[in-house]
Amino acid sequence: MRIFRYCIAVLSLLILQGVSQAAVLPDERVDALYHSYDGGDVQVTGPSVLVRKGISTNWSTSFNYYTDYITSASIDVIIGGSPYEEERTEQTLGFDYLRGKTTMNLSYTKSIENDYDADTISFGISQDFFGDLSTITMGYAEGSNLVGQRVSNNPKVFEDRASIDRKNYRVGFSQVITKNATLGFGWETITDEAASLNNSGVTLNNPYRSYSFGIPGTSRSFAQEKYPKTRTSNAASLRANYFLPFKAAIHAEYRWFQDSWGIRSDNYGLSYVHPIGDWILDFRYRYYSQTKADFYRDMFDFADQFDFMARDKELSTYTSTSLGFSASYEFAKNGWGFIDKGSLNFSYDIITFDYKDWRNACESQCAGGTASPGLEPFYSFDAEVIQAFISIWY
Amino acid sequence: MRNMSLALCLASLVMTGCSSLEPWVKPYERANLADPIMNPARDAVSAGYLHHVYETRESARGAGTVSGGGCGCN
Repeated sequence: MRIFRYCIAVLSLLILQGVSQAAVLPDERVDALYHSYDGGDVQVTGPSVLVRKGISTNWSTSFNYYTDYITSASIDVIIGGSPYEEERTEQTLGFDYLRGKTTMNLSYTKSIENDYDADTISFGISQDFFGDLSTITMGYAEGSNLVGQRVSNNPKVFEDRASIDRKNYRVGFSQVITKNATLGFGWETITDEAASLNNSGVTLNNPYRSYSFGIPGTSRSFAQEKYPKTRTSNAASLRANYFLPFKAAIHAEYRWFQDSWGIRSDNYGLSYVHPIGDWILDFRYRYYSQTKADFYRDMFDFADQFDFMARDKELSTYTSTSLGFSASYEFAKNGWGFIDKGSLNFSYDIITFDYKDWRNACESQCAGGTASPGLEPFYSFDAEVIQAFISIWY
Repeated sequence: MRNMSLALCLASLVMTGCSSLEPWVKPYERANLADPIMNPARDAVSAGYLHHVYETRESARGAGTVSGGGCGCN
């Protein structure tokens, strides 16, 4: 955490420089969003409401209520059990404090599912300097998670399987390059440490998921996954924003990622924003690729072959490509009653997932499957993501 | 500790010693930078949701425009 300590030192020095008003608190606004994800026989829908209100000239508070209604009949679920429905609710309460060129924020998030509880507290600080052309940020978050599992034959009874402690360390730096361009750099280290409960053997894995073993062309069997108890990941990102001469903007980003499980990933993103009258149109492209974890295989040779064994498609080698657009219509731009302005927004993204070493085991294991075990075709699917929301500034 | 001292010295130099290095974009030249379209996460509720969509389906995590944490995602 050397980089984190450096940033604390530099940030402390910057705060002691003496300040004048420059940074600003976030806008007072309310957003009400409906979201929908549909892909790989998984549907997730629900609302998200975000309210932000100033308490004084220096303080602002925000509250977010978010819900996922999940219906899943994905391949993992079909092979390992039966389709299910569940609900996840997440609530976040946050406070922002502004002092001169320094902004601090503190937030608490609680996420509840019938088989997963998560509590996270997060702190961040941001400091403008060098004539407000440079900004340094840093943050720390600590999460406590309790993982449960549905006890068979009774859909309403759950048993604790593991507890997970998570710590996030973030630093960032952004710089105004010209009157039309900015650059930003970010770094985040995340650590997880899990402890099994009730002799479950579950650590950082999903208790419902299985690894597979057998003889290709002959047999495929399944057993509970075995994960390490710890994981540490590092990610670095670079972002550029450019304002075009005809009042439009381009955003580009790259992220490098590596973790202690042997996964390496890169993702690239490019978006274009174009206002036309009362409308703002966004077009975006994103490409993601990752290598597999050291302990991942689509099919192992035999049960308990290694200490750690996994077959999650999220740990396999794959790419995903996203294309999306958004349209926002601004209304009451000159104010209306207590409203300063508002916008109606619609957003659509299509994501194609293409797995390189995760086979569609349903082709041999599900009813009607005709493929040979271990020789099934590699899996791919498209997911559609839809958002519709209204925003009111007041 | 030695590296920490170096970092502090460097920061001090940037803020005091290098007085010839002036901010090159004046406050009155920042209208374009302040335009909301220059913020890739200008709608926090939407940016947060898309972040969640990717976070739950990819192994990579962190260093995004939106802070993560708090997701059960079992």
